[in-house]
Amino acid sequence: MSLPGCYPLHDAIIAEKLTKYYGDFLAVDHISFQVRKSEIYGFLGPNGAGKTTTVRMLCGLTRISEGKAYIYGYDINRELVAIKKLIGVVQDISNLYMELSCYDNLMFCAEMYGVPRHQRKERVMDLLRFFGLEDKKHVKFKELSKGLKRRLAIAAALVHKPKLLFLDEPTIGLDVKSKRQIWNLICKLNEKGITIFLTTHNIYEAFRLCDRIAIINRGKIIAEGTPTELRKKVSGNKIIELQVSPPIKKSTILDNVDGIIDVNIGRDNTIYITINDAIAALEGILEIVKKLSLEIVMLNLRGADAEDVFIRLIDGTEKNIGSSTRR
Amino acid sequence: MIDMLRLEDIIKAFYIAKKDIKEYYLKPPTISWGIVFPVAFTLAFILKGGHHAQEIIPGLIALALFFGTTSMAAASIVFERKIGSFERLLLFPVSYIGIALGKTLSSFMFGMVSLFATLVVVLPFILNIPTYSLFLVAVLILSALMFSAFGVFISFLIKDPTNTMMIFNSIRLPMIFLCGIFIPISSLPLPLRLIAFLLPLTYSVEATRFAINGNYDVVPPIESILLMLIITILLILLTSIKIRRTIP
Ligand SMILES: Nc1ncnc2c1ncn2[C@@H]1O[C@H](COP(=O)(O)OP(=O)(O)OP(=O)(O)O)[C@@H](O)[C@H]1O
Ligand SMILES: [Mg+2]
Repeated sequence: MSLPGCYPLHDAIIAEKLTKYYGDFLAVDHISFQVRKSEIYGFLGPNGAGKTTTVRMLCGLTRISEGKAYIYGYDINRELVAIKKLIGVVQDISNLYMELSCYDNLMFCAEMYGVPRHQRKERVMDLLRFFGLEDKKHVKFKELSKGLKRRLAIAAALVHKPKLLFLDEPTIGLDVKSKRQIWNLICKLNEKGITIFLTTHNIYEAFRLCDRIAIINRGKIIAEGTPTELRKKVSGNKIIELQVSPPIKKSTILDNVDGIIDVNIGRDNTIYITINDAIAALEGILEIVKKLSLEIVMLNLRGADAEDVFIRLIDGTEKNIGSSTRR
Repeated sequence: MIDMLRLEDIIKAFYIAKKDIKEYYLKPPTISWGIVFPVAFTLAFILKGGHHAQEIIPGLIALALFFGTTSMAAASIVFERKIGSFERLLLFPVSYIGIALGKTLSSFMFGMVSLFATLVVVLPFILNIPTYSLFLVAVLILSALMFSAFGVFISFLIKDPTNTMMIFNSIRLPMIFLCGIFIPISSLPLPLRLIAFLLPLTYSVEATRFAINGNYDVVPPIESILLMLIITILLILLTSIKIRRTIP
């Protein structure tokens, strides 16, 4: 185990065997990862995977059971106050003060974060402008729409100009338009140099926004890498979508075609064939088609998309996360 | 165990109080339990007390203040913990004791508003000028602080917010009879008298009575003041420990 002083300061987060037990229940299971400065790092995982628990441990809202974590070199267990000044946290619930206006909410945060008095007003107004909330300045938090509430929550986490921003499910429950707006904001903040740690169960969101992604399930990181690397990790990397008439059985393909990893049959009888050797597989398929005099309704070859990656990585029993939305 | 209280934390405590005031002063539970109810029962007891009124007025003032401050504490803390906004305070760079102090201050300030309402009602019934006016001011301020710290501490012990007022009233109502407001402590049977000495309201009632009427029952005024000071500090410290313990 190395000493905190030895850590290179360019890593925003270093987690070493970070663990959380709630009683006997292991919510986060010895995870280790590093978040580099200025990147968008995503924690992608299904409900109950341990994403929120991890964020809470990293910002001091939940005690760490085992393991260590450092934020910009500061030890969470010992230097929490210093860390709090460097990070902004947007929790998974909109928990700003209901009866206060947007302005008052941000002002309170500025006061509590110790923004110098003469800078507070300007800082708050800048944020309201940046987040498009200028005309809602005097509107109470409880009267804002869901999307605007989320935006104000992000603004509130930025009043002290943090270097690292935690976003726990920033777009959960938002409509498509608000989601896009939040995504744009996240990119803009990252361009300004803010490191972002984001959790989501939305695969598309993670692959679209993040520089690197850790896929977490049942408290464990089961894969980590850039979106491209993760796509590659799915062995085979390619999928053939096939529709033939009359429909055929899964075993017909498995028994007769080479270069196959997996075969799934969708509801409309589309056959999804995961392959690692496209040429061999296609040859085999065409052979069956000829032999059984089938008619090809559709034949598509495509690279694995984000959802496939996710589903392959999370163990087979939990296919329901993605299979219902599978094209 | 107990973290340091720095100047920075005291300033932030005032910001917390200011925020609470903006947020909770006009909420129905604070108004009804913190102002309407204490003012109403004060008036009712005075009118019913007839020529005894002069004797019970000091106790009633202290009691009203007790209701005012604790209602505000309950409203601001229990509600905030329920909807999750209390946790925001834990994200700010402020010590737990700073948070405890902030919550105490907001209840204190509300208590002052409630006290003002009570005094307006009581004033016509006070026949002579309080014996020690300055001492009265000090006693009331200290009492408000102590009751606030008490309310804040109790609020952090409550897990289920739907029970808040029930829990608070089951603590507050027995105190009416144990703390020397109507029944002198000296005439209580020994076990009850011992309980009375454990209740913060007792010392406030004794000191208030001394300030207004010039006499006390069992606890001399200086002792009351000192005890109130100690109890207040102790409660704030206990609250800060309790806040730390709320972290899962
Ligand atoms: N305070 C707690 N006490 C006991 N168990 C908890 C507590 N908080 C979370 N858990 C459990 O820990 C596990 C991980 O929860 P966590 O909230 O971190 O998941 P998540 O990945 O954020 O999921 P979601 O998508 O639902 O937000 C869950 O099984 C949850 O039930
Ligand atoms: Mg979560």
